[in-house]
Amino acid sequence: MFTMIRRLTLLTLSLAALALLAGCPAKVTPVTPTPPQGVASGEPIKIGAILSVTGAAGAPLGTPEKNTALMVQDLINQAGGIQNRPVQVIVEDDQSDNTQAATAAKKLIESDKVCAVIGPSLSGTTLAVVDTFEKAEIPLISLAASVKITQPVKKWIFSTAQPDTIAVTRLYSYMKTQGLRKLGVIYDSNAFGKSGLEALQSQASSAGMEIVASESFESKDTDMTTQLTKLKGAQPEAIVCWGTNPGPAIVAKNVKTLQIKVPVFMSHGVSNQKFIELSGPAADGIIFPSGRILVASLLPETDQQKLVLLEYTKFYEEKYRQLPDHFGGHAWDAMRMLQQVMNVSGDEPAAIREGLETKIKDFVGISGIFSLSPTDHNGLTQDAFVMVTVKQGQWALAE
Amino acid sequence: MEWSALVQYVLTGITQGAIYALLAVGFNLVYSATGIINFAQGEFVMLGGMLAVTCYSFLHLPLWLSAILPIGVVMLVGAGIHQLAIRPLRHAHLVTLIMATVGLSVALRGLAKVLWGADSYPLPAFSNVDPVALAGASVDPQSLWVMGVAAVTGTALTLFFRYSLTGRAMTACAARPLAACLAGIRVERMNMWAFALAGGVGAIAGAVLAPIALPSFDVGTSLALKGFCAAILGGIGNNAGALLGGLLVGLLESLGAGYISSGYKDAIAFLVLLIVLVLRPQGLLNVTMRRDES
Amino acid sequence: MSRGWGLVLFAVAALAFGLLVRGPYYLNIAVFICIHGLVALGLGLLMGGAGQISLGHAGFYGLGAYASAILTTRWGVNPWLAMGLGALATGLVAALVGMPTLRLRGHYLAMGTLGLGAIIQIVFNQADQITEGPSGITAIPYLSIAGLPLSTDHRFFFLVWPLLLGAMLLGGNLLDSRLGRALRALGENEGAAAAAGVDVPRAKLAVFVLSAVFASVAGSLYAHYLTYVSPSPFGFAFSIQLLVMVILGGEKSLWGPLVGAGVLTVLHQVLAGAAHQFPFFDGLETVAYGVILVLFLIFRPQGLAAPLRKPVSTSPPGPFPGAEREPVPQASSPAAEIAALPSDGSEPAAPGVKP
Repeated sequence: MFTMIRRLTLLTLSLAALALLAGCPAKVTPVTPTPPQGVASGEPIKIGAILSVTGAAGAPLGTPEKNTALMVQDLINQAGGIQNRPVQVIVEDDQSDNTQAATAAKKLIESDKVCAVIGPSLSGTTLAVVDTFEKAEIPLISLAASVKITQPVKKWIFSTAQPDTIAVTRLYSYMKTQGLRKLGVIYDSNAFGKSGLEALQSQASSAGMEIVASESFESKDTDMTTQLTKLKGAQPEAIVCWGTNPGPAIVAKNVKTLQIKVPVFMSHGVSNQKFIELSGPAADGIIFPSGRILVASLLPETDQQKLVLLEYTKFYEEKYRQLPDHFGGHAWDAMRMLQQVMNVSGDEPAAIREGLETKIKDFVGISGIFSLSPTDHNGLTQDAFVMVTVKQGQWALAE
Repeated sequence: MEWSALVQYVLTGITQGAIYALLAVGFNLVYSATGIINFAQGEFVMLGGMLAVTCYSFLHLPLWLSAILPIGVVMLVGAGIHQLAIRPLRHAHLVTLIMATVGLSVALRGLAKVLWGADSYPLPAFSNVDPVALAGASVDPQSLWVMGVAAVTGTALTLFFRYSLTGRAMTACAARPLAACLAGIRVERMNMWAFALAGGVGAIAGAVLAPIALPSFDVGTSLALKGFCAAILGGIGNNAGALLGGLLVGLLESLGAGYISSGYKDAIAFLVLLIVLVLRPQGLLNVTMRRDES
Repeated sequence: MSRGWGLVLFAVAALAFGLLVRGPYYLNIAVFICIHGLVALGLGLLMGGAGQISLGHAGFYGLGAYASAILTTRWGVNPWLAMGLGALATGLVAALVGMPTLRLRGHYLAMGTLGLGAIIQIVFNQADQITEGPSGITAIPYLSIAGLPLSTDHRFFFLVWPLLLGAMLLGGNLLDSRLGRALRALGENEGAAAAAGVDVPRAKLAVFVLSAVFASVAGSLYAHYLTYVSPSPFGFAFSIQLLVMVILGGEKSLWGPLVGAGVLTVLHQVLAGAAHQFPFFDGLETVAYGVILVLFLIFRPQGLAAPLRKPVSTSPPGPFPGAEREPVPQASSPAAEIAALPSDGSEPAAPGVKP
């Protein structure tokens, strides 16, 4: 009898708690940024952000992106907002799930009435919401890299991430200087790795490269020695690994175990401190194209991006006590682009879209120098990348 | 080259297989005692790995202690899960119980994400020596640790069930719960032990795998799927079968990747599962055959 | 008859919702509840009716979605025809897996579908030439009725809820039919059902194929609604989520799966809203989701929708092989329940099933 009563009490309590939660309207106003005295008053300008803060595939991307977006919001507001109005970034977590991304998009557009949206973090979640934004006529600045996002050009869709195609162009031109021609490719079978493989294959002949073998692994595989043994059998002059942590770190370790002597190249997917931490000594000697954020302090003073890179690093480190990465950099670029455009054009979606297309020229960002146009909604070239290597556990410029 | 490649594939397969076997044993422990497929088994492995990393990198404990300490902690987690979520549901459908373990695995994964973030973490190899050369192939010393630990764990569990009082009581519960109850065995307590042991085995797998797999909060899901596949292949509930099933899945994967296609290597393992189900549905090592009487 | 009234009530509520709500956000949630509800309904028929579990329903859902996506974007097949072809193909695949595994007693179907689901997702991911790999298929055309493209959430909602209603009618009639009673009988006691002349494997196979077809149609709807498919939504995780929907709502009730789909979908949104409201809750959504799920199960093990029907039996749909569990003492015996099943009067209760 007693347990019955206890159960009923607990049931009532949990139902009450649930009702309480349900009571919160879905379109709650998140903590409104407190405008500093004297500046940025009036109706806030609402910018949406659909980010993969949780979920296996996207969490390592979505977390720094969310941090950065909120940080830039505060920076803009401290500097007086946009046209004297405070900015409010409303972050929706899509849990790395296409379905949730679509719902989040509709919520931001309908309930929050945002004037522009940054994100989603992943190619899949972006492609799942493209149609929604095209129909709603709200500009979307994706933080994902798939070429499908910006090619063919879609009227309302932009991207600040470096596409794989230019990373491959950069990598090939470096390999050519090293006299390497025959490649063995090992890639993650997720969207990032496959899209890398496609770029490697499609540019191979024009760059004079030959892919002698290509093998894939699953993102959560714990051992790649079989694939590497196969590659080794094809006798390539270099191995290229295209994937995101932790796969490439395991590849680096397995390469050492198998005593493969050819040089190993990787992608900008390993362009983060975590890669060195995970690979340990096995990271030494690996070369890859990377955005400049990773090596900001090593860049020559003449580098156009150096100033903004150091600025971003300083703010991020102060606020979150860790180093920023290029994923967060995509969010920084998207927010700063919006700021620049909206300072002139205001918060009308159509004006923002127009502004992005016409006013973002030689925009110095974290991921590179952007020049958007009606035919190019990404606006980066292979100069967005520098070749980086690891020497005794430290980053170093490869050229 | 050809032979050394084959040796390499087989060695890789055995290492992976040993991990899947440990997962399968974990599934079996809970399954034989309660009939439940414990979907939180992969999370036990994840917790084992993440706790080992925490002990070593953040609490700066010695490596051996960092590998052993999580076993006790995850055993407690396993027992706790039984007491808090499984026991109150003891009169419910079996499927409802299984869904409860799904809920728990989601909650554990969420908790791990809060505690450790989305990153992967490294753990140093247990013995810091160079790769071992073997017939033209080379083996990471940690792989030898994985195989050794799997063998020792399997043997220890077999001895436990055969000779210890608790182990025999658990076996009795698994075979005939009602009879065991009449014989004075406290079935619920034995079930709790089953969950605790499954947690322990999971933690062992997680810790020994950590230097190879670089664990993150979501490392458990795909391991659990393959471990479950191994358990079914070997005949669910049968521990010798778990070992066989694990090795089979590991070898299929590795040889499949080596000789057929690395993209379809997991599909090959699951295809074999389907074929085995059609030809020998009770699993490779289970003898009972339940054909429809009609 | 209470089920009829329930369906009428559902129709009125959906109609009112569709007429009153115009915003795409709420309609979007309603559309997903209906799509997930349709898959869950099929799975519920399988679980509640035949006492079998599928661990690969996300695969059937994905087959439907990909069939629609590939046929319409590559070969310009009419979307409705593509939906039909997808359903046909999925039904065949289900029959192929069901035939050997459903001959046997026990939960071999669960294990077979687990493998099948995994293989299906790997193929979506790897067969780039056909499926475009992990980056998926874009620009899937909209469905259209009499030249009117269902391109808005509003129009689409008016397609999915009547479809769901139709599926529920079909499911309800199936449960009332001779086959349905046979299924109930075998859900309660397979041996007795077989003894009473029920062709057990055939009955199980029929309901399994039907449930796969429901999933496939739902998948086609998903593809034409989102106009984009990629492999990730069709994995093991979604199969499990579907099972949770069915169990949460109660697999013995026709309404259970829909209630489960609704509660889970809304719960996601509520938790996300709560994370916005309370900063301390940020990041804890997943934990709360899991905990609430377990609490629901502990306090309502027979499912949330159970009180919508008359008291139901709580005996398990058949334990896994080797796991003998004593059924709970229950108010109404299984046989009494079968006897009490609404019958259209033309058919006597299944012969041989006596109290």
